[in-house]
Amino acid sequence: MTQQPAASSQPGPAADAYVGARIIPITCPPIERGVLIVAGGKIVAVGPEESTPVPNDARRVDVAGKVIMPGLVDTHSHVGSGWGGDASAPIQPDVRVLDSINVRDSGFQKAQAGGLTTLNVMPGSGHLLGGQTVYLKLRDGKTIEELAIHDADGRILGGMKMANGTNSQREPPFPGTRAKSAALVRQQYVKAQEYRKKLEAAAGDPEKQPDRSLEMEALVEVLEGRRIVHHHTHRNDDIMTVLRLKQEFGFKVVLHHVSEGWMVAKEIAAENVPCSIILVDSPGGKIEAMNLVMSTGGVLERAGVQTAFHTDDPITDSRLFLRMAALGVRAGMSREKALEALTIAGARMLELDQRTGSLEAGKDADFIVLSGDPLSVYAKVLRTYVEGVMVFDRDDPKDRLMAVGGYGAGHDQEMHFCCFERGGDGE
Amino acid sequence: MIGRRALLIALIFAAGAHQALAEVSLAIVGETIHTLAGQPITNGVVLVDDGKISRVGRAAEVPVPVGIQRLTAKVVTPGLIDAHTVVGFTGYLNQDQDQDQLDPNEAIQPELRAIDGYNPQERLIEWVRGFGVTTIHTGHAPGSLISGQTMIAKTTGNTVLDAVVSPAAMIAATLGDAARFKDSDKKPPGTRSKAVAMLRSELVKAQEYLRKQGLEDEKKRPDRDLRLEALVLVLKGKMPLMVTVHRATDILAAIRVAEEFNINLVLDGAAEAYLLIDQIKAAGVPVIIHPTMWRSGRGETENLSMETASLLRKAGIRVAMQSGYESYVPKTRVALFEAAVAAANGLSFEEALATITIDAARILGVDDRVGSIEPGKDADFALYDGDPFEYTSHCVGVVIGGVQVSSEAR
Repeated sequence: MTQQPAASSQPGPAADAYVGARIIPITCPPIERGVLIVAGGKIVAVGPEESTPVPNDARRVDVAGKVIMPGLVDTHSHVGSGWGGDASAPIQPDVRVLDSINVRDSGFQKAQAGGLTTLNVMPGSGHLLGGQTVYLKLRDGKTIEELAIHDADGRILGGMKMANGTNSQREPPFPGTRAKSAALVRQQYVKAQEYRKKLEAAAGDPEKQPDRSLEMEALVEVLEGRRIVHHHTHRNDDIMTVLRLKQEFGFKVVLHHVSEGWMVAKEIAAENVPCSIILVDSPGGKIEAMNLVMSTGGVLERAGVQTAFHTDDPITDSRLFLRMAALGVRAGMSREKALEALTIAGARMLELDQRTGSLEAGKDADFIVLSGDPLSVYAKVLRTYVEGVMVFDRDDPKDRLMAVGGYGAGHDQEMHFCCFERGGDGE
Repeated sequence: MIGRRALLIALIFAAGAHQALAEVSLAIVGETIHTLAGQPITNGVVLVDDGKISRVGRAAEVPVPVGIQRLTAKVVTPGLIDAHTVVGFTGYLNQDQDQDQLDPNEAIQPELRAIDGYNPQERLIEWVRGFGVTTIHTGHAPGSLISGQTMIAKTTGNTVLDAVVSPAAMIAATLGDAARFKDSDKKPPGTRSKAVAMLRSELVKAQEYLRKQGLEDEKKRPDRDLRLEALVLVLKGKMPLMVTVHRATDILAAIRVAEEFNINLVLDGAAEAYLLIDQIKAAGVPVIIHPTMWRSGRGETENLSMETASLLRKAGIRVAMQSGYESYVPKTRVALFEAAVAAANGLSFEEALATITIDAARILGVDDRVGSIEPGKDADFALYDGDPFEYTSHCVGVVIGGVQVSSEAR
């Protein structure tokens, strides 16, 4: 169980050793009295206290009696008051949510207080295709670039937000029916396929190259599997429509919300498509959520579907994200899969599982310290670490204010759900 | 003689005891029974007779008659009370045709009776009942200056008459931003001050109505006016005015108006109540606090705290928990879950349970019937397979008036 890269004995940045906690690494069984060693923002070692040596020069942090688990991964959030596409068209792949996020929004601090360390921040669901999402680490930063997750080439990572069902239907140029919704989307992807063919045919020859199009470039990324589709979908037939589009165009897709996923769990499993689900305190609120049940996680688990949770903040509060896994267990999910659904499963859906989502040597040191069992209502997130840096400390009055609320806890929070009625923020 | 008399008394006693045992229809057996009328009972028994609680005690002291229905659970609580909800009015589909919680066209409508809008078959009533909620204070929602009346009901019954405990419980008012019309509506109230002025004017009208009703000359007495009749009940202290307010400014305005007209005020929501603990305490006003997990977002509730229930309670202010009004997804919250998070944020277990049982009953004025497990009260219970506040526990049974209405583990 102890994982120690050979490099750990070489001189490097001073290490922090968190000693004595119950450690839930997620990808291996819990360790009753464990040690987590962190250096240079990475996990250096995780293992039982008796068999995991703490380097002599390491800073020892006694966390006996506490619980350590990976920082939570939220596959679907709206914190930061970000905007997506406007009302001019139902499909807007050129729009990036990162261009409108306010990193000073208190929602980020509240998410840190909830133990979240990785977010997929999305445009709303008022469009068939509402724009590009952005993957963030909840570092303390002053610019979106400081929070964004970059790939090796320095490119900011994100997915593509799509939606079907009633949220994206309204007056033209938006679709009026489900079939029209699918037709508009297919037409756009066919166009992107043509664009891609022209690019390939040109083979870099500027004489033959099609004019640059931001819209087409983004959709080509989707077609080539370099940008994952995050698809809002509720009703059973809408879910099947997404699966059909995925077969036709071959994009990578994560199904989001999936309120009626329990009706078509086998079909989802057959396509090997992961689901990011939300559990809320009652069904209803809109027609598509009338059959929402708390047992969806359990049903999907038994069907063999990879399942993650999301907050859809502000639909549910990021500070209460752990609660969702507990409700999943209440309604039939296994404890193991429920904890995975808060961490590694979400990381896989964002293709960030090589970096985060579990406590393993070599991964980013994204973790949380809890006062008790993560599924207990009485447990508190005490500290949140992103890449080894503490970004939330419940003992700090400023952070505590964000965790429990109070005067000054809320500012700059605004929900932008373009276009559809009965928006999410009690509007 | 003495011997004969003693025998007679013994016979009468025996007959009485026999009769009492014969009428006991249900026994609730709990590893822990939280009665909310004293210390929890370990290994307890509650006997139910004709829909009412007849005996409460330790299993060793309260024999369960043979052959009667027996429900056993790890934890037993009184049936839960949601101190303020809109289930039965705001339907789960959230379509125009199932939304009867608010007529937004007029600012002041205290004559709207709750019993004329309550749908006892609404799916969300069954939903909250499944988690142990047996009594609800429901009716017209916040969102206009005076939106209408509220009622108290059991979460069972085929018709409103079957369900109702109190047909006219309170009059629901709102101050602050939520009570305003938008500028584009060009309708009053458009400001906070205007809202208070309108509320005071309407209460003055009701005072005049009441005064003229007492005139000797019958011809000078006013024609019946349903709107003013409702407000007269408030002036006479027969119906509390429940004012939904969040900002400190608006909480103070509500207290100011209540003192001016000497009316029973119940503060509702009260996101910033923790700023005014002394003032609320001095006014002797109870608070039906916003749901603990309510969205803080931006606006009037941005400063809400998960610790407010605890802060108020510690100051000696009576506090009840509510599920509130939800305009979108989820369409209702569950009072049990809101109290649970309050229990994790400063309230003790029993204090948090009191916010959805006995203290809610006291604020609603129905503590003679519900809110605790005591002889003579309605046989309403919630049964759990563990700590009711733990997310991973289940409600395994619900009893209303001695009848099991839910047995599905939820």
